[in-house]
Amino acid sequence: MIDVDVLERVLAGALRTGAEFAELYAEDKSSTSAGLDDGRVEQVTSGRDRGAGIRVIAGETTGFAHTSDLTEAGLATAAAAAAAAAAQGGSGVRTVSLAQSPNHRPNKVVHQPDNIAKSHKVELLQRVNDAARTYGPEIAQVSAGYGDSSKRTLIANTDGVLADDEIVRTLLRISAVADGDTGMQTGYQSMGHTVGFEIFDTVDVEELARDAARQAITKLRARPAPSGAMPVVIKNGSGGVLFHEACGHGLEADLVAKESSVYAGKVGELVANPLVTLVDDGTMEGEWGTLGYDDEGHITQRNTLIENGILTDYMWDFLRARKEGRVGSGNGRRQSYQHLPMVRMTNTFVLDGPDTPDDVIASTPNGIYVAKLGGGSVNTATGDFVFGMTEAYLIEDGKITEPLREGNLIGNGPKVLQDIDMLANDFAMGNPGTCGKDGQGVPVGDGQPTLRVKELTIGGTAA
Amino acid sequence: MSAFESELQAVADRIVEQAKSSEQVEAFVARGGETDVRIYQGAVEHFVSAQSEGVGIRVISGGRTGFAYAGTLGESAIAEVLAEARDNVQFGEPDEYAALAEPDGVAVTEQSLWNDELADYPTDDKINLAKQLEQLASGRDDRVRVDDSNYADAHGESAVASTTGIRMSGRENGCYVSVSTLADDGEGDDAETQTGFGFSVGRSPLEFDLDKAAREASERATRLLGATKPASKRTTVVLDPMVTAQFLGVISSTLNGEAVVKGRSLFAERLGDEVAAPLVTLIDDPTNPRAYSSTDVDGEGLAARRNVLIQDGVLKQFVHNTYSARRAGTVSTGNATRGGFAGTPGVGCLAMSLVPGTRSQAELVSDIDDGLLVQSVQGLHSGVNPVSGDFSTGAAGLLIVNGDVGAPVREFTIASTLQRMLLDIVEIGGDLDWLPMRSSGMSLVIRDITLSGT
Repeated sequence: MIDVDVLERVLAGALRTGAEFAELYAEDKSSTSAGLDDGRVEQVTSGRDRGAGIRVIAGETTGFAHTSDLTEAGLATAAAAAAAAAAQGGSGVRTVSLAQSPNHRPNKVVHQPDNIAKSHKVELLQRVNDAARTYGPEIAQVSAGYGDSSKRTLIANTDGVLADDEIVRTLLRISAVADGDTGMQTGYQSMGHTVGFEIFDTVDVEELARDAARQAITKLRARPAPSGAMPVVIKNGSGGVLFHEACGHGLEADLVAKESSVYAGKVGELVANPLVTLVDDGTMEGEWGTLGYDDEGHITQRNTLIENGILTDYMWDFLRARKEGRVGSGNGRRQSYQHLPMVRMTNTFVLDGPDTPDDVIASTPNGIYVAKLGGGSVNTATGDFVFGMTEAYLIEDGKITEPLREGNLIGNGPKVLQDIDMLANDFAMGNPGTCGKDGQGVPVGDGQPTLRVKELTIGGTAA
Repeated sequence: MSAFESELQAVADRIVEQAKSSEQVEAFVARGGETDVRIYQGAVEHFVSAQSEGVGIRVISGGRTGFAYAGTLGESAIAEVLAEARDNVQFGEPDEYAALAEPDGVAVTEQSLWNDELADYPTDDKINLAKQLEQLASGRDDRVRVDDSNYADAHGESAVASTTGIRMSGRENGCYVSVSTLADDGEGDDAETQTGFGFSVGRSPLEFDLDKAAREASERATRLLGATKPASKRTTVVLDPMVTAQFLGVISSTLNGEAVVKGRSLFAERLGDEVAAPLVTLIDDPTNPRAYSSTDVDGEGLAARRNVLIQDGVLKQFVHNTYSARRAGTVSTGNATRGGFAGTPGVGCLAMSLVPGTRSQAELVSDIDDGLLVQSVQGLHSGVNPVSGDFSTGAAGLLIVNGDVGAPVREFTIASTLQRMLLDIVEIGGDLDWLPMRSSGMSLVIRDITLSGT
């Protein structure tokens, strides 16, 4: 994308105002998306985003500028703007010499989406539309979206780091509306992986569509969710967002450093039931949050955050690791070249426990079974978090019974981690997610086995 | 018209001139920049100075639509974007209603969307505003510290042109300061932290009210200290103006013409019906210059206009862009939305407001023996389904006892359905606040809400 000698000159130039550190992050991303709604393919969209962001750090101050002009002149202008933004009044001349980082590609891509005819992509949408509509006469509407992107990145900094990566993402989502006497209900399914178009050789897209349709139809006979606190069983592969919100964000070192996390100062302490081991792993092959290098050029790795209930470490980006005099953890990420990196999760999940999923349900006399979670959010300073249940059932006498209408669940992170009292042995990854923080969205994965939380507050309307 | 505008208009015009006789072509060209300053403990934590530009081209031919965009305005890139959009046309399926907007004769209400004071405002002064706000917010209460204090501004110019005769350009700028606070209280196991925020927005920094932003940030953080989880019950709630604005944002998606024509609106068949309490009149009026999101034209280049959506509780109309209007057999209400050059126009309310009542929040509260003042909600995106109408959200606020606000409460949800909430509105406050959202806010009293706590 950019020659090494140009990178070295631009970075050296960025230090001219006396800054200690400069970094260039360049990306070249092409994407294709297609949307189907109301029975027809509405539109295919092609996009191209290409540019570089330059970050300059002087003391406690970060200056940042970006440009879509990848010529040496364009980059030099952005570097000067970033340097001026970080200027501390000093001056300096340094030379920069870059050393190429080893190749690290956790994802294997067989069929580059760019080489696949758009007609094949559109055909997937027609297949899921047909599958969802023929699932039942109650299905009144179906929309579906296909998306792929291929992003080449290049990261170089004045510590000599020179890393590149190529991230291919493929996504399919389906939403169905069922109509009945009780009004309309919705169902949703999606899949997303950091691989090429070959994913569709193994994923049964019709099955995804039927599942979305099944959810919508099931909910037509749903009763209002209960209101109040009760045990909640969360199905495997559907509730990783619980951990993402209940503790994931609170383990991000930037929030910890500002003491705006309930987990600040708690390393070495028991913060969860000893059943719980929580991992963030940016190297899981093919998963939605996987990448070879993070967006600061740090190689991705598997980080154990909570081991047998004990908090072992936070997640780190360059800035926070540098301040603490330690190595990073491969968690510095950004939405695009137009954004500053910060501490972010990759694929965050809880490892298997000792029970079987059937045992977990059978040993819950009364409660809620959540088969699919929606989004969530957390206030990291208080630990209060919510997440939506989009497919849920009552548990009565240890059995799954009536379907429930949608609602939010609310809890407090540190308390919920202690309250996880059963963990099954059926680990599965969940649906692809987009995690929002400070206005930036990045792709993340999550996963978990079937588990039980002793008590969560269900935000329904039934007494 | 500024030099920038005419330059962008020329770019858009040149693209449209290349249209073949068999196709409709629309070009949207935009360029903008932003400044983002974050202060932490008296020092600049980051300073972002960013410029961006791009073009999106939509081609419709034989009822089929194709679209492409690129984040650059280079000549060769533009040619590629047009070629890609044309290539994409063949994969869309024919839709007799697919069409670009055409001039409809509705006069544009001019708005002052550009402010030279902001454009000329010195960088050092921007940094100082954020520093000043940090000091003000942390200096009001010993328990309060500042998480971050920010100044941000943005400016953008855009132009749209089409083979159907749309030709419109404009520019806009705006700025805000914001501060996030933390309030700490108690020791050891009783230690707790609560959070708050404050902000001020303007077309120019001269419009900022830093004292108000600091006061609100400090009060929001401290008012929840000592909050407990309330007991579950069915109750009457008073929504703070910002919560009301968020609620109206959810309601707006049920009045969206695209959702209506595609069978995803729970109000689709309800035009002329009483869908809300008789005291409810809901208006979308981007021509009101006091609205934060006021604008002169919509995302397709048609004049923005005032639309009465619900009048005295009766559903009067939905909002439409050109496509949804054609399908519904009506005309665009000037409600095309556009997120930038990378997307095609959607449909949405632009600047909603309820017609306010007359009484203050304190007066509304004084009528309630047992209720809840909802000061913030969490999880509207995850617990509300505008298709089914199910409404459930995390909340925090103050209990209302015998006409007065009392103890703070948190970690509970409030729930009902959108259909019932509109009918259960008891009173609309007179405390109209033009918030930096697509809706204004005022206190709103709603009965029969389920509170889930202990």
